[in-house]
Amino acid sequence: MKRSIYILAISFLATATLKAQDDVYPAKPYKGKLFITGGTIHVGNGQVIEGGSIEVDNGKIIRVGAGLTPAGDARVVDAKGKQVYPGLILPVTDLGLKEIGSGVRGSNDFQEISDIDPSIRSIVAYNTDSKIINTLKANGVLLAGVTPEGGTISGSSTVVQLDAWNWEDAAYKMDNAIHITLPSFISRPRRFGGGGRQGAQPPTDAVKEALAKVDEIRTFFREAKAYLAESSHKEINLKFEAIKGLFGKQQKLFVHGDQLKQMLVAVDMAKEFGFDVTIVGGSECWLIADLLKQNNISVVLQQTNSLPTTEDDDYDQPFRTPAILQKAGVLFAINDGHEETRYRNLMFNAGVAAAHGLTKEQALQAITLNSAKILGVDDRTGSLEAGKDANLVISDGDILDIRTSIIEHAFIQGREVSLENKQTQLYHRYMTKYGL
Amino acid sequence: MRNSRHHPRGRLLSLTTIILLFTIGSEAQTTFPVNGVADPRVGCYAFTHATLVKDGQTTMSDATLVIRDGLIVSAGSAAPPTDAVVIDCGGKYIYPSFIDIYSDYGIPVIERGAGRPAFDFRAPAQIASNTKGAYNWNQAIHPETDAARLFVVDDAKARPLREIGFGTVLSHLKDGIARGTGVVVTLANEKENLVVVKQRASANYSLNKGTSTQSYPSSLMGSIALLRQTYLDAQWYKSLPAHEGTNLSLQAWNEEQSLPQLFDGGDKWGDLQGDRIGDEFGVQYIIKAGGNEYQRMQPIIATKAAYIIPLNFPQGMDVEDPGDARYVSLADMKHWEMAPTNPGAFEKAGITFCLTAADMRDTKQFFANLRKAFEYGLSENKALDALTRTPATLIGVYDKVGSLDAGKLANFLITNGPIFNEKTSIVENWIQGKKYGVKEEAWKDVKGLYNLAVTVAGGATGNYTLDVKSPTSASIIGKDTLGAKFSYDGVLISLSYPVQAGGRGGEAQAGGRRAGGRVAAATHLSGVVNGAIWNGSGTDSAGNPVVWTATFTKATPPPPDTARKRVARIGKVLYPFDGYGWDSLPKQQDLLIRNATVWTNEKEGRLANTDVLVRAGKIVKIGKGLSAAGAIAIDGTGKYLTPGIIDEHSHIAAFSINEGAQSVTSEVRIADNLNPEDINIYRQLAGGVTSSHILHGSANTIGGQTQLIKLRWGADDEGLKFRNWDPFIKFALGENVKRTTSTNNNRFPDTRMGVEEVLMDAFTRARDYQQQRKTAPGATRRDLELDALVEILEHKRFITCHSYVQSEITALMRVAEKFGFRVNTFTHILEGYKVADKMKEHGASVSTFSDWWAYKMEVQDAIAYNATIMQRVGLNVCINSDDAEQARHLNQEAAKSVKYGGMSEEDAFKMVTLNPAKALHVADRVGSIKEGKDADLVLWNDNPLSIYAIPQKTIVDGIVYFDIDRDAELRKNIAAERNRLVQKLIAEKRSGSAMAPATPSYHIELSCGDHGRHEGLLTIDEQDGDEGKSATIDATN
Repeated sequence: MKRSIYILAISFLATATLKAQDDVYPAKPYKGKLFITGGTIHVGNGQVIEGGSIEVDNGKIIRVGAGLTPAGDARVVDAKGKQVYPGLILPVTDLGLKEIGSGVRGSNDFQEISDIDPSIRSIVAYNTDSKIINTLKANGVLLAGVTPEGGTISGSSTVVQLDAWNWEDAAYKMDNAIHITLPSFISRPRRFGGGGRQGAQPPTDAVKEALAKVDEIRTFFREAKAYLAESSHKEINLKFEAIKGLFGKQQKLFVHGDQLKQMLVAVDMAKEFGFDVTIVGGSECWLIADLLKQNNISVVLQQTNSLPTTEDDDYDQPFRTPAILQKAGVLFAINDGHEETRYRNLMFNAGVAAAHGLTKEQALQAITLNSAKILGVDDRTGSLEAGKDANLVISDGDILDIRTSIIEHAFIQGREVSLENKQTQLYHRYMTKYGL
Repeated sequence: MRNSRHHPRGRLLSLTTIILLFTIGSEAQTTFPVNGVADPRVGCYAFTHATLVKDGQTTMSDATLVIRDGLIVSAGSAAPPTDAVVIDCGGKYIYPSFIDIYSDYGIPVIERGAGRPAFDFRAPAQIASNTKGAYNWNQAIHPETDAARLFVVDDAKARPLREIGFGTVLSHLKDGIARGTGVVVTLANEKENLVVVKQRASANYSLNKGTSTQSYPSSLMGSIALLRQTYLDAQWYKSLPAHEGTNLSLQAWNEEQSLPQLFDGGDKWGDLQGDRIGDEFGVQYIIKAGGNEYQRMQPIIATKAAYIIPLNFPQGMDVEDPGDARYVSLADMKHWEMAPTNPGAFEKAGITFCLTAADMRDTKQFFANLRKAFEYGLSENKALDALTRTPATLIGVYDKVGSLDAGKLANFLITNGPIFNEKTSIVENWIQGKKYGVKEEAWKDVKGLYNLAVTVAGGATGNYTLDVKSPTSASIIGKDTLGAKFSYDGVLISLSYPVQAGGRGGEAQAGGRRAGGRVAAATHLSGVVNGAIWNGSGTDSAGNPVVWTATFTKATPPPPDTARKRVARIGKVLYPFDGYGWDSLPKQQDLLIRNATVWTNEKEGRLANTDVLVRAGKIVKIGKGLSAAGAIAIDGTGKYLTPGIIDEHSHIAAFSINEGAQSVTSEVRIADNLNPEDINIYRQLAGGVTSSHILHGSANTIGGQTQLIKLRWGADDEGLKFRNWDPFIKFALGENVKRTTSTNNNRFPDTRMGVEEVLMDAFTRARDYQQQRKTAPGATRRDLELDALVEILEHKRFITCHSYVQSEITALMRVAEKFGFRVNTFTHILEGYKVADKMKEHGASVSTFSDWWAYKMEVQDAIAYNATIMQRVGLNVCINSDDAEQARHLNQEAAKSVKYGGMSEEDAFKMVTLNPAKALHVADRVGSIKEGKDADLVLWNDNPLSIYAIPQKTIVDGIVYFDIDRDAELRKNIAAERNRLVQKLIAEKRSGSAMAPATPSYHIELSCGDHGRHEGLLTIDEQDGDEGKSATIDATN
């Protein structure tokens, strides 16, 4: 632990004067060679290479393995005794769209008021200057799926890398997925009035209402399909045009829902339209893991550290859900949707899963390679393999365990990015005040 | 014998009768003029040869009941008076009509105001009462409500009650906290003047503010505080204090204190809450139960109250779809199964109780539910008492109703058998001497065989045997047995049958219909009952007119009454009442934890391979190679033993958290509304938590009094409390208390400037009050709000204050210093690192989140290094949860200071154990592993700061409340028990019972009001200070 303080102190010394967040710059492009050596390399696909090296050229990984030697002109980073990981990926988030969640409406651009609106694009509102972004990089999160939330069909997400001057620089994969939120199939009681102890009002028939909404979604897709079968139109329908990629699987369909019945609807929709479907949320997916596997449905689990769904559920059910999916062979990623810590505990959500049935490498894969596959960027990132972008982090110790998860270096496309952020700056400022 | 009812014996009026009539006639004078010819009647009836059940204890056979002028004249062997209409009740039973003392019969329903029904955090507050006139400040306190003045006869509502045997009710306005007086009325359909039995028979209370639109109280604990304060105010009002002026509400309150006091408990915990208020003010309430008291009989017995028990057992749910069944909790299904045991549980416990039909969805289920209660342990005699003598006695009207004794109202039931038998019907319900027919056709048993002779005019006679099976079914036996359509209503007969078998009487059959739609080929008869012979006319299948007679020949023996079932198997009561509860409460045992790595939090630090001996709930010895006879050995090899986690800031285990309707609510107490059955207690034990400081929310500047609890899963609310601790109170500053999320706030304050002013004002008032109480204790009204503030001034109560930004932190410290006290703890305190030195100088502890930030404006400068900086400046730093989920891994939260700022592991772990113990003034008992301290311990499978650490056992006071092996067993039990109940419910559905749709068992998650997390599908986030009484809403009731 002393070492980590030391490292922090070094990094503060390196910044001769106090920087405001505005002075945390995106890194300059690095075209040259980079050689990371001596660390334990966690490839991201389950493989671990002790004392391995990674050679990078012009932002791409060229070689990974033990016993490599660096080229003469390479910048060498000594990772001896350290842990090297692929850059972590936050798959579904309002990062850069929602700055201050409560009470400051002007800072929020994550939720549009329209209901069926696939032509909404999150990327155009993505704020690269959000103060939250730099706190994520400092914890090893280097890519994110920036996602709109409003209505039933919310629009398209874009995968961004987290070290950019503007959203065009940030975009890593544009419009990778269309997001829909299914209606609830569970009747909710009326909010309590002053009456307090009286029971709930007779619930409205949630299932009936939900099925009507599902029918509306289905009708939209059917009409879109018919529309897209014709190449020319007297009047262009932007909404239909926006989901062209779904039918050819260039885009994924992310279906947000936690309930069993919502997931069954998603499976059915995948079958009817041949979409590449991912469930986002999936609290109850452990009930139908085999069914999801049979239908090639992947899952983004929202939050490992969360409460069980029902009073009777096992207290550790949410902790164990990843292991159940792993066992069934379902492709799944772990997310961090925690509104109060703002997504910086992604790796600890994976750590909890590792404490409850996953191996550490499986848990790591759920926040790296699996996420890349689900987002459709695994050809470029998600693992430390030749040919992929050099998106990687070096941690002092086990990245999944809070005590040792201390990020010392992070590289995006070969550029070493700053780990400074508003919080480290305020830390430094007040350590200075108290002479500590 | 078969048709001798209402058969007056011919007689002459004797002189004495005439005299008697005149006497009564003069007593019957009224002020009401008669439109037309006067029609005075004495209404003298004699019911002879009856089985008279005078009360639960006395039954007389072949007895006579005489009534006159609405009253009982005699019940026994006296001969009928000569002027009596004699009714032969041979084979009949006569009971006193039932009494329901929890009714709102005849009281108009008050509609909710047009505005929002309750307090809303984001809507403008209604500060003052909307009631016009010289009444109380709070709209939910209206003891002046006089049900007798509201009461109107409503025969449409009376009839269903009469049909299930009720004759008298105590009716009151079921609205508000002080609800006013109840009126005793009969269910007769007469002018209101004549049916009122007792004008003011009860004073009624609840903790439910009902239709009051006023913002205060907005929580259960606010309701409790308001009721308590009103007792004090009324006492003070007796001295007619000048500044109060006239307060008709308090005046009425004082006037009705001598009446029986009825309190609507609503459920087992509500009963106890009410009883405690009663105890405080020397009142013994009669408590209206909620129906789940069987789940916690011990404290119910201890209330020593009489109870009014509802029979509204929950309807079974349709759980055939496993997707729906999943959302119905085991607790709800168990309650469905066990609710009928409730009355029997009261009887077994020897508690005085009566029964009520109030709350029933369908009063027609009354007897069916009563019979269920018999199956589950209620005795018939007790039930009869509970419907007659007991309620009458409780409200002081046993001299008028409740038994068949001379002088009482002639309110009685005539039945055709023992009243609680399944085959028995109430034939008539007489109220105040007037007959109300219920099931007249049951007067006479028409079942039997009859000779039916049908004669075509001037032609042949056909003879058949008519087999009457019930007043609605019969068959004709001739060459074939023909199904007939039959009805008998006590007077008229209707009968039709087809020519041949195969057709149903009176309905289309083979051969079809004639043109015009008339049913073909059936004989149609109608007629009247005329003694043992029935006769009438009709048409035969060819349409020819016929006349007919039917002569009784032979009775068919009635089927025996179904034997009362004794229930084969039902589940057990669990403590708490859910799958993770105990079937009997665990007891302290001596424990020897062997060979663990012990994190002591003391100067010894971490001890390897060490034993810890626990005896009588205390740590008695720490060392190597300990042995202790009789102690249960727990192998700690490879494991870590730590003190239990203490959560400085929690909102679990309470029915309400925020009383947000006013800016100063120091009168409310979390302790008044603990919910010991919150599943989060168990879940947090599984995360290593042993004590939690349950705080009021952050809706207002001066919130409510807090409660430190130990997570003694299974204990009742009193049993949860951490004994002998210094009382605390919650304050809050900043965005929440100035209601930032409201776009139209009208509750002062709206800025941090105003927040400071609220504090200055409150403590100025408190200091003046403190002085007045000293100089003029008799003349000074006791004010619960100021009492709590005076305790702060006198250093007897301590503040934990929700706070974020440096300006407000400093402002509060300066206010406190002006009044000579210190802020004990700043909680949340995310900008604490900016003023750590000032807080240290002030002497406060701090309790913070590890890494929360950016969820609102005032946490923009929050940093994950906060705890580390404050700790290094020398503050006592705690990490808290404020969140039912986060509390499950406070060890992980503590570990974040190792990551952010490099705190040592030992110091980090102290932030969730020893440091909160210090902040809460209980470090002498908990927070470290030290001989003499409470045995609140956690055994982990890994370094407790590691993310891979999972608690194996969590021990409180030497009792293992969480054990990972027991948890595995419970999972199996829950699955098996759920399956059993789902199958039972499906069988119930198959048997044709009406089922309710499967209703998800929601959990209401209470929180500070600080953040908007959504945990789980069945969770309702409760941040707005709404009253959320029941953690799991049972919509089936």
